This record gives sequence, structure tokens and C-alpha cells, in this order.
Amino acid sequence: MIRVELIKLAGRPRTWVAIGLLCLLPAVVAVFLATTRISPPPGQGAAFLSAVLQSGSLYPAAALALVLPIFLPVAVAVVAGDAVAGESSQGTLRYLLVRPVRRTALLGAKLVAIVVFVVVAVLSVAGTSYVVGVSLFGAGDPVAVVRALPEVTGGDDAVAGAGPAGGQQPASAGGQVGGSDASQSGAQPGADTGDSTAVADDQAARERAQSSVSSLSGEALGPADLAARLLGAMGYVVVSMLGVAAIALFLSTVTASSLGATLGALAALITSQVLVSLDAASSVTPYLPTRYWLAWVDFFRDPIFLRDITSGLWLQAGYVVVLMLAAWANFTTKDVTS
Amino acid sequence: MSTRETQRIDARPPSSGLVIETRGVTKRFGSHVAVDDVDLHVAEGARYGFLGPNGSGKTTMVRMLLGLVYATRGEITVLGATVPNRVADVLPEIGAMVEGPAAYPHLSGRTNLALLDASGPRRGRDGRRRQRVEEVLERVGLAAVDRRPVRTYSLGMRQRLGLAGALLNRPRLLVLDEPTNGLDPHGIREVRDLLIELNAAGTTVFLSSHLLAEIEALCTTVGVVDRGRLVLEDALDAVRGPTGRLVVRTPDPDGAARLLGRAVAERHDHTLVVDAAPGGPSALARHLVEHGVPLDGLAEQRRSLEDVVVALTGPGSDTARAREARA
Repeated sequence: MIRVELIKLAGRPRTWVAIGLLCLLPAVVAVFLATTRISPPPGQGAAFLSAVLQSGSLYPAAALALVLPIFLPVAVAVVAGDAVAGESSQGTLRYLLVRPVRRTALLGAKLVAIVVFVVVAVLSVAGTSYVVGVSLFGAGDPVAVVRALPEVTGGDDAVAGAGPAGGQQPASAGGQVGGSDASQSGAQPGADTGDSTAVADDQAARERAQSSVSSLSGEALGPADLAARLLGAMGYVVVSMLGVAAIALFLSTVTASSLGATLGALAALITSQVLVSLDAASSVTPYLPTRYWLAWVDFFRDPIFLRDITSGLWLQAGYVVVLMLAAWANFTTKDVTS
Repeated sequence: MSTRETQRIDARPPSSGLVIETRGVTKRFGSHVAVDDVDLHVAEGARYGFLGPNGSGKTTMVRMLLGLVYATRGEITVLGATVPNRVADVLPEIGAMVEGPAAYPHLSGRTNLALLDASGPRRGRDGRRRQRVEEVLERVGLAAVDRRPVRTYSLGMRQRLGLAGALLNRPRLLVLDEPTNGLDPHGIREVRDLLIELNAAGTTVFLSSHLLAEIEALCTTVGVVDRGRLVLEDALDAVRGPTGRLVVRTPDPDGAARLLGRAVAERHDHTLVVDAAPGGPSALARHLVEHGVPLDGLAEQRRSLEDVVVALTGPGSDTARAREARA
């Protein structure tokens, strides 16, 4: 059944269009950076964008930072939201179920297919952006990766995380594409508390970012080390998407409208992102699905900073377990009337 | 799913010889009762016509038989397995079309069938699978179909594709919901012949339709449903039994009417409907001819299925409901 689901997914033009668009955004950004050579100041814009001019081999990391907040979750929500609702509205669900395909098996196969989609998407983004980065910026010296990261400060622990949560909040796509918007200073954890509010003075932001970089001691990353860190980050990004996938898949069993399920999942994510950046919501912040999304950056710290990564993995696992159980309970007891 | 296959072999038909048996099956959707206390009995080898106007609960019943919709009350047994708990054991022996065909529109008909086949539990080798797909395409007259996506198919072609999907399993029981929708008269005749052929080879056919003529032309047993209730279930021959009257066709209707007097029940042009006298048709024929009334034809009057159905059912429940809503 898993094989059939994968064939169906691969047979849809939409799947490849989505992956193509995901790869396109970092490529567009790279072209702008390469032609103008204007890089965002360190610590501003999407993570790593400031470093890629020195080392194109870092560009996969920058690309992940670009697609993570919006494009990737949208793609995942579209695919997962369509998983059951699409079959249902198309009428093919009833024919699958009378083949028979067990409802539980169908749900499991759908989840696996979605995970494979996320893996392929992330691999494609990383692969194309590596090629784009190296060819536009040259391989360079990856030491810059560590230098580009702000320090992990005491203020970044999970509970007080509400303070720098503005930094956790993915910056808007506009700010990242532009890459020079000072108000989007905090795509990295550990950015100062004030970063979540608009910083009018570009110079001030620059100084602050520089002060945080200067306190870091970075050793040069060998190619193998960099590849390992990149793989870790990609794996973490894949896991980060599982929560979205589970929300969309659950909604997909509830409604017969793919669009409804997709938009529902996106609404949940936007709610989560709003609350993550809201100090008043700090009591629920650690449990929101997007809270640890940007912890993949910690793979590039020296040494790798595992606390947020671990929390993020547990959180996503929790979302997947709870929502898949809900999806299962709903789907197996539901009248299929479409 | 391989364990399923071994279990399936144990699921033999019940000793009663019924492939479908339901007792008191009721389905509510909120306050609306779609199916109300239905007892179905479909014998092995029958061609069973499930007849009812639109909105009378036919499709809901079909869905319940296949385990897609869960009954609110009542028991369902299909091929000896209780539905829905054990339905997966017998579904591999059932071919079904529910409420029109459905396929992935961007894939070809062949690919659609191959995917459907591959998602089922009976996993043959790929070569045999391709052969199976070609075989059913041939049976439904789509053998020449090319690699066009299903999106470009006509409704008739989709219907044939749906039927092909139902035949993939070489089913012992075919459950077909309005299978000739969208087919031209030629196609309807082809499907009918195919179903009769499959039935002769031992497949039980359960066919739901709102088209009286279709059921009359194909089925041996008929169940009539009206507003969720089964109002009739009988052999078609028994339903269309003689009325006890004779139909006389004559070029001299006035002479015949004078001769037969009060025995004439109805008169239309050259046709008289006459209460049967002792001696039956042959006595009546002799009587007329001896008194100089020429005869063009003489036959027993039989009830038509239509008369029976109209007498038993109200107007289509869709219209009835609309009328209630207006009131």
C-alpha cells in the first residue's frame, strides 16, 4: 500500500511543482546576492545569508532558513491536507476501501508518503542550493558559519524563551528575501530581546549583531563536519514538518475538502507563530508546534547545542502521536458517504 | 495483508445459500432515517434488482453492505461474514461499483486499474497483474484504450472503467450501483449481456437502479425500496403474475363487446381486457370465432413491474420531501 501511495504522489504534477518552487526561492535569493554582493549584516535576515558570500557551501543552510517558515509548511500542508480528503472528494476513497484496503493501513501509508515527500523536498532544496551556492559564491571557507551565529545567551532557556521568542519567530518571507530589513533582525535564537520590535536604526542593529558574533570562537569546519551538521539540520527540519503533516492529515480525515484541511493546518501554524512571539502567552509557548522550528541552527554551533533540538524532537513526536491517534479514531469510525 | 488471504478462504457462504442477508437494518443520519428496518435476502446465483426512486436509500444500503457506512441498527451478513466487523475477509471476493465510477483523473485507465489492483490484498506478480488488467479492459470493451488520462474520458468510458475495476477480483458477488448511468443504448445492452454471462458462470449480481426497465430486462429477483423501507421482495416472475384477465385484440371490437357483455373490463380501440371465463383463453377464442368475431390476438394479461411499483411506492422521495419542506 505504501508503494501505491508513493506512486500516486510521484505521479502528480503538483508534487514536483511544489518541490520545484521550494528550490526556486533560494536560487532567486542567491542570484540577487551574487549580482549585488550586498549581504545582510550578520545576525540579520535569514540565518546564514550573511555568511554565504564567503562560503557557497553554506548555502544549503541558508536555503533551509529561507523555505522553513512559510514555503515548506505550506507545501507539506497541501500534500497532507489532500491525502484523505482528496481521495474522498474524488470518490476514489470508497473504491480503495472496498478493494479492500484497511482504513488503518491507508492512514499509515499516507503518513509514510508525506514523510517521504518532506524528505525529498528537503533533499532537493539542499542539493540544488549547494550547487547554486558553490557555483555563485565559490566553495570558500565554512568557518564563517560559526562566526555568523549569535551567541547562545542565558536568556535563551526554554521558559524565558518568551523573551527572545521574537528571535524564534520566523521572519516574514519579505524580510528574508530582501535580506536587509533591519526589523527582521532575529531569525536566530539568542538574539536580544529588543530584536522582536522594529529597530529603526540600522546601525544600532548592526552593532548589536556584531557584538554577539565577536564573542564566539569558531573553528574551521572541515567538509565532512559541515556535511554531517547539514545532514543533522536537514533531518531536524524534516521532523519539524511532521507536526504540520499530522495536523493536516487529521483535518483531512475530518473534512471532505482538501482546501479546508490545508488551510486549517496553516491557520494552526500561524496561530502558533503569533503566540510564540507573544510574551503574554509564555505559559503555552513551549508546547506550540513552531516553538523549536529554528533550533536546527544549533547544529552549526560549536559545540552543537542540543537542548532545543531535543525539546523540538519530543514536541514533534508528541504532536504526531496525538494527532495520528485522533485521525485514526475519527477515520476508522466514520461513514464514508462520498 | 497475507494473513487476510488465508482467513478469506475460511469464509465460505452460509448454509442458507444466501450471499447477502440483512435483518432489521436501519441507518439514521441525524434525524433523517435513510434506511428503515430492511431485511434483504439475496440468494447465491441470483440476479437481484434493488429498485427504488432517487433518494430512497439504495446507495446508503449498498454502502452498508460494503462496510463503508455503518448501520445504526440491525445485522448484515455478506458471503457469510458479518459486516462491518469481518467484511475485509470477504471483500476480495466482491466486485463493487458505488455511486458512479471514480478514478485518478491525471492517470490513464490502465494505470488506474493497475494501482487499484496493487492496493488490494491479492498480490500477484507484476506480469500476472498486467494480464489481469488487460483481461478486464477487454471484457468491458476498453481494450483499445490508449494512454490518455481518465480526465479526457467520456462518462460512458468512465463507467466501463469502473466496471472493469469491479471485475478485477473475478468476484463471486458483484454489487453494482446504477452501473449503466451515462451509457448509450448500445453500451447498456453490452453491459447487460456481460452481467448475464458472468451470472451464468456463477457470479451473483446485486444491482441497484432507479430504472425499472433495466431491472426488468436483467434481474430474476427484485427488491423494491421506498423512502428507506423495503416494500417488496420477490421473484420477478411472481411479481409479474397473471391478473386473471385476458387481452383480446380484434378488428371488430364492437361485435366482441356485444358478445361478451359485462365480462369486458376495459376497452381501448381494438383491444379489450376481459375477465377470464372458465376454460381459459382457448375457450374464449372458440367462443368468439364461433360467433363470427375475428381475432388478431389473445393473451393472458400480466402485471407489469411498473404497475406493481407505482402501486407500492409514493412519488419519488426527493419530490415528496421537497413538497413536505414547502408545506
